[in-house]
Amino acid sequence: MKKKKKTALLVVTLIAVLSSFYFLLGYQSKQDGKLACNCPPGFQLTEQNTCILRNLYQQYSSLQNSGVGGLKTALPTVRDGFSPQQIDLGRLLFFDPILSGDKSISCASCHNPYKGFADGKAVTVGVGGAVQTRSAPTLWNVAYLNSFFWDGRSHSLEDQMQGPLFSPIEMGATRTQLLSTLNANRNYKELFSEAFPTEPSDSIQLNQIYTSIAAFESTLISLNSRYDQYAHGYDQALNDKEIEGLNIFRSFVARCAECHTPPLFTNQQIAVIGVPELEGKPLDPGAEIPNNDASMRGGFKVPSLRNIAKTAPYMHSGSMETLRDAAEFYNLGRGHAVPKDENLILHWHIWEPNLSDDELDRLVDFMNTLTDESFIPQIPKDVPSGLPVNIFKPIDNKVKTGSKVSMD
Amino acid sequence: MFSNKWFRILFYVALFAGGLMIGKSFFAKTATYVPAPAVVRQFETTSGTDAAGAISAASLSGDILEVKDGESILEAVKKAKPGDLIRVYPGKYKETVYIDKDNISFQGVIIEGEWPTLDGEKELNDAFLYSGNGIRIENFKIMNYKGNGIMGQAGNNFIIRNNWILDAGVYGIFPEFGKNGLIEHNVLSGIEDAAIYVGMCDNIDVRHNEVYENVAGIEIENSRHCLVEYNYAHNNTGGILAFITPGLPIKTAYDIIIRNNFIVDNNHPNFGAPGSIVSGIPPGSGIIVMAADDVTIENNIITGNDNAAIGITDLSMGANLSNDPDSEPNPDRVVILDNFMENNGNNPVGEVKLLMQASMLDSAPDIIAIGGGTGSCIRNRERYSTFGLGDWGQCTTGDTKEITTMMLDTLVAPRAITMEEKGNLTYYGICAGCHAYDIRMIGPPINVIQAIYKNNPQGMADFMAAPTHKREDYPEMPPQNYLSPETRLAVAEYILKLKQ
Repeated sequence: MKKKKKTALLVVTLIAVLSSFYFLLGYQSKQDGKLACNCPPGFQLTEQNTCILRNLYQQYSSLQNSGVGGLKTALPTVRDGFSPQQIDLGRLLFFDPILSGDKSISCASCHNPYKGFADGKAVTVGVGGAVQTRSAPTLWNVAYLNSFFWDGRSHSLEDQMQGPLFSPIEMGATRTQLLSTLNANRNYKELFSEAFPTEPSDSIQLNQIYTSIAAFESTLISLNSRYDQYAHGYDQALNDKEIEGLNIFRSFVARCAECHTPPLFTNQQIAVIGVPELEGKPLDPGAEIPNNDASMRGGFKVPSLRNIAKTAPYMHSGSMETLRDAAEFYNLGRGHAVPKDENLILHWHIWEPNLSDDELDRLVDFMNTLTDESFIPQIPKDVPSGLPVNIFKPIDNKVKTGSKVSMD
Repeated sequence: MFSNKWFRILFYVALFAGGLMIGKSFFAKTATYVPAPAVVRQFETTSGTDAAGAISAASLSGDILEVKDGESILEAVKKAKPGDLIRVYPGKYKETVYIDKDNISFQGVIIEGEWPTLDGEKELNDAFLYSGNGIRIENFKIMNYKGNGIMGQAGNNFIIRNNWILDAGVYGIFPEFGKNGLIEHNVLSGIEDAAIYVGMCDNIDVRHNEVYENVAGIEIENSRHCLVEYNYAHNNTGGILAFITPGLPIKTAYDIIIRNNFIVDNNHPNFGAPGSIVSGIPPGSGIIVMAADDVTIENNIITGNDNAAIGITDLSMGANLSNDPDSEPNPDRVVILDNFMENNGNNPVGEVKLLMQASMLDSAPDIIAIGGGTGSCIRNRERYSTFGLGDWGQCTTGDTKEITTMMLDTLVAPRAITMEEKGNLTYYGICAGCHAYDIRMIGPPINVIQAIYKNNPQGMADFMAAPTHKREDYPEMPPQNYLSPETRLAVAEYILKLKQ
């Protein structure tokens, strides 16, 4: 009996030692410029070398396959099926400042993993310090979204990324310049031919860049919050105050869940709610512009509230400092912040719920339960361009302990 | 076991009946001992559907929990298991009852006209709030809430009946994102939006309800396969509505039958909240169809509605709504069969009034169609005065009597999932955040774990529920006790079989 135990222990130690070698080998091979052959957390590798998302919400269904409903409801259709190599290449591109015109900023500059894949600023800042008009949206769970940008004007990740990439005041790249820079980089040429083995390897193509970055973005999945534990049936996952908050959130007085509908906490619609701009800024016409429709003036896409505690300040304009401010906005009266000379068609759910201070606090308590960063990706130490990545883990320990942040 | 429970229930009913007889003979009128009524099946005979019976059979298979005046219904919910019945006795209950479990039934016991009453005293938001499947709520008086009387979010297979809802706030009864439900024998008044609001649902019957002095009596919105039958809608601003509202995530409304209803004197001043969709409903509206398709209106008695008996409109009427490019704006294939319409349109308002003035008419017609839409028809149109029905055809169908319900023959079943699939979803959805097959991540590799728990999945399942710190060079594993024992075992078994 004792002997058996000893052998088992030996086997375990042996495997542990061997596997740590394996790990080191894998790490080493990455340094050599090879891409990952495993899927990131949350995904299962198929025989076709694609990564398919798996999570507990897949045991449910939703009415009309809409992906909206209550606690045990299926999510909307997900974007998955990329290869591990494409995902890993996308990760390198995402953090590489080589993608911007002056090589100063990367996607991660405004979509920083340590800041909820946003940037902590009211509005984003592009190349040369160009200040934008809207706040950087989080990238968590973008695999489930069917429209992008605050005004919802884009309908795929590949299309969306061309906005900031080629805007002269955002990343400031051009298509020709981006292609020539990447094609001149031997590392990238090798990596692209590894990620797209069936395509001609003589030169990197734009759509390969878009595919890789979309592949990486679609792996940013956050579905393991304490709220999710509650939703799947563990009623002790939330404390009394948080449950009270959930009930206010879904009540027909606050009506939060009518647009921030579980399980994604957005119904992905455009809503005109009359949010104020930053002081001194003119009204942002929002969805009116891409739809050429005055009835949508001031309309913006309903954002998901998952990981919302990580992405202050809030709203398209970044005009709300805290979650409490954002919740209180809805309590201050229908249209209270709409400029006097504007006649917006406000959403019917914007009314005067007259929530008490306590109720607003409970809403904040509840929104704080939607945090989960357990699948935060590895930030590369080095990127193929050799440029500095410049994304640092905050030292002030704002990333909550208990969330599993992996180190590179 | 199932039949055992029923036998038990029947036994108790018989016992109580016997007790009642004995009690009566001994104590005559002074008896204070009140039997638990056998109302479990009170209305099943009148619902006329097998579907409702199927829901009852499935949702009621467990124990009976009793709640008396001074106790809390919510506490009973916390104790209840799927299949249980919570029986609530007369008294005042000031609480919000939320139900995030499946197959829980609530049954009020009404004794000599005394109801179990949920009273929010205009301080609480909602009375009943459920997300579970198989929820039954019957025999409650609900009053003075600020939000909704009864609200469902994604619960399927529900029954809401014989409730008496007064001034419950925004909506009286509002199932949302639900499939296969029955709303019957409820009485609702004083609601500032729709008294009964079927929003983004499928396969719903709304029968035998009385709705009065609300802004909207019954509203079917962005829903499919609904039967609105034998209701009495009177003195609301609008009686019965079939709407597509733009800007909602589910975009369509079709296959709706409005049949055999009394829709009378719906002339109440509109007291809808500013900005709400119903605040635009003109007083005096009997039936309004906005953008919904395949709506059949048959055999209703529609009288005394001062604006119009039936209004059919596209989305251009919803002037207080932003456009939605994904919402089809026209009411198509509306079918008006035989109805009784009399004494409507005496005092038209708003757009209808302008139309009448332009046409030099004193009163409005019975039926008005404004805006787009194709394929609509009317039977015996000469019986009514109409406006805008020039391109409507003569209906070829005579009636819809072969359709007795829109509910499903069988219950909406939860998606079937094997334990192996559950293990797979749990492993990749949760465990893979820290463990990979043969790579060190935050936790040790799976192949190391496999060696430890070979042939012992239960051991692994137990460890993950309450882990201890075993490895100096790894952080301590957080407990996974939020997963059910069944799920933990499923994932342990899955992990032991992993090969890559």
